[in-house]
Amino acid sequence: MAKPTSLKLHTKQNIVGWAFVIPASILIFTFFFYPIGKAFLLSFQTGFGANAQYAGLVNYKRLLSDNTFKTSLVNVLTFLVLQVPVMLLLALALAYTLNDHKLKFRALFRTALFLPCATSLVSYSIVFRSLFALDGFMNALLLNLNVIQSPINWLANPWTAKLVIMLALTWRWTGYNMIFFLSALQNIDRSIFEAAIIDGANGFNRFFKITIPMLKPIILLTAIMSTNGTLQLFDETVNITNGGPTNATLSISQYIYRLSFQYSPRFPYAAAMSFVVFVLVGILSAMQMRVGDKR
Amino acid sequence: MTRYKIGTFLKYLFLTIAAFVSVFPLLWMFISATNSSIDVLGGRLLPGSHLVTNFQNLTARANIPQAMWNSFRNAAVSTIASLIVCSVAGYGFEIYHDRGKDLLMRILLLSMMIPFAAIMIPLFMMVGNFNLLSTTTAFVLPSVATGFLIFLFRQSARYFPYELIEASRLDGLSELGIFIRMYVPVMRSTYATAAIITFMAGWNSYLWPLIIMQNADSRTMPLVLSNLIAGYVTDYGLLMLAVSISVLPTIAIFLLLQKSFAEGIIASAR
Repeated sequence: MAKPTSLKLHTKQNIVGWAFVIPASILIFTFFFYPIGKAFLLSFQTGFGANAQYAGLVNYKRLLSDNTFKTSLVNVLTFLVLQVPVMLLLALALAYTLNDHKLKFRALFRTALFLPCATSLVSYSIVFRSLFALDGFMNALLLNLNVIQSPINWLANPWTAKLVIMLALTWRWTGYNMIFFLSALQNIDRSIFEAAIIDGANGFNRFFKITIPMLKPIILLTAIMSTNGTLQLFDETVNITNGGPTNATLSISQYIYRLSFQYSPRFPYAAAMSFVVFVLVGILSAMQMRVGDKR
Repeated sequence: MTRYKIGTFLKYLFLTIAAFVSVFPLLWMFISATNSSIDVLGGRLLPGSHLVTNFQNLTARANIPQAMWNSFRNAAVSTIASLIVCSVAGYGFEIYHDRGKDLLMRILLLSMMIPFAAIMIPLFMMVGNFNLLSTTTAFVLPSVATGFLIFLFRQSARYFPYELIEASRLDGLSELGIFIRMYVPVMRSTYATAAIITFMAGWNSYLWPLIIMQNADSRTMPLVLSNLIAGYVTDYGLLMLAVSISVLPTIAIFLLLQKSFAEGIIASAR
């Protein structure tokens, strides 16, 4: 007698379980998987709506000869290569310095360093844009200190514009990455450090021989997160430099946005470009998962 | 001993400089909100008397209360909707897990790899086809269910004692009743973390509202801010006041709930 009842109960629970997970699943399929499939199909067309035509690889071929696309790709890769390592090293050094129980004002330092994370990307971009304006605070400060003789037009010169974007990114995200390192450092057994001190290892050696190897998974994780973020850069370049001067800070996402929503809409071509971003991010996320598995 | 002292000094110097650099732009922003544009450009670092004037100029140029309300409404609706949908799903995936649901979960997690730029065009077309442009519904729909939040709630359900569920079943509670009366109250901290992440993401969201909020009355704070920098002459006092207003709520959340905030950020990467 007991068996059929429990079986019925099990079936009932199974149905309830599916009822719990189905709404979210439908939403994810509708708003993530369907659009990415749609973008993929779109990327093989020319024209859209009633004029849509299958065009094979035309859009992808055009990408190869699109200099603006190349510029945006190079810009984003420049940010990636120059800014991400500096930021991660800085975040690591800050976390390492903060992870000291004898340190005074520890909570205060942590709060201050973490504070930039509370600002939205558009807000802090506008603050940086204002700080580095031609008649802005940075030039006033440097002129007063006699570091420079005439104001620097930060946002109008390709390299200084890139520099401002990278400074801004570093300001906003160093504390964010520091939090990861700090939480990982707190999980390292302190007796390892104590043993190293007894063995005569100095702070420098402890940092490079113990801390860095033990944090390797987190370092890789933050590196891959920063890479994904940089590949999808949008809010900062739009609001600090608007991609200029002459596309020197144009990001891929901003170019896609321009193609789709600012010029006469060229959705299929933009879709091909966005699919390239998807593949780039996909490769890096796959790496992230593999790193995650090894932990 | 001297070497130790120099080391300690350098440590504090490093942290002090870094902390100063982190705080200064925000401090400058708040101070500049009270100064005239000329004083801001002159490099004035003391609070001034132009706060009221800046506020009047700002409200004359942009409908700030409307934009704040739009931002708040969008972020709040998105938070409530995703907390309900994702916590139910996360709980379901863990408590009733079997092969089929485990596989489905793994597929859903793949959605986290999709960059927004790759799906924004089809999403925009969908929203347009449903006549939902400039609505909260359009703002919310793509972010109600996310692989990350479902994952977060599934992880927290993993630590929920199964005996409690079986005992509740014997007491005659329905499956939904167990979820609402047993799981939800215990998992308050997970809900807090999830709420902070989702609310912040909604409040700060820029690219998606930029595409869909075409009606002036539907613009959110980031869009209004971004519009203020267009044009040739910038009133920096006004601009910094606008940015300060938009940043205040998130800084308040941050300072009040720093621990959940940090947990949210760390959880978001797992």
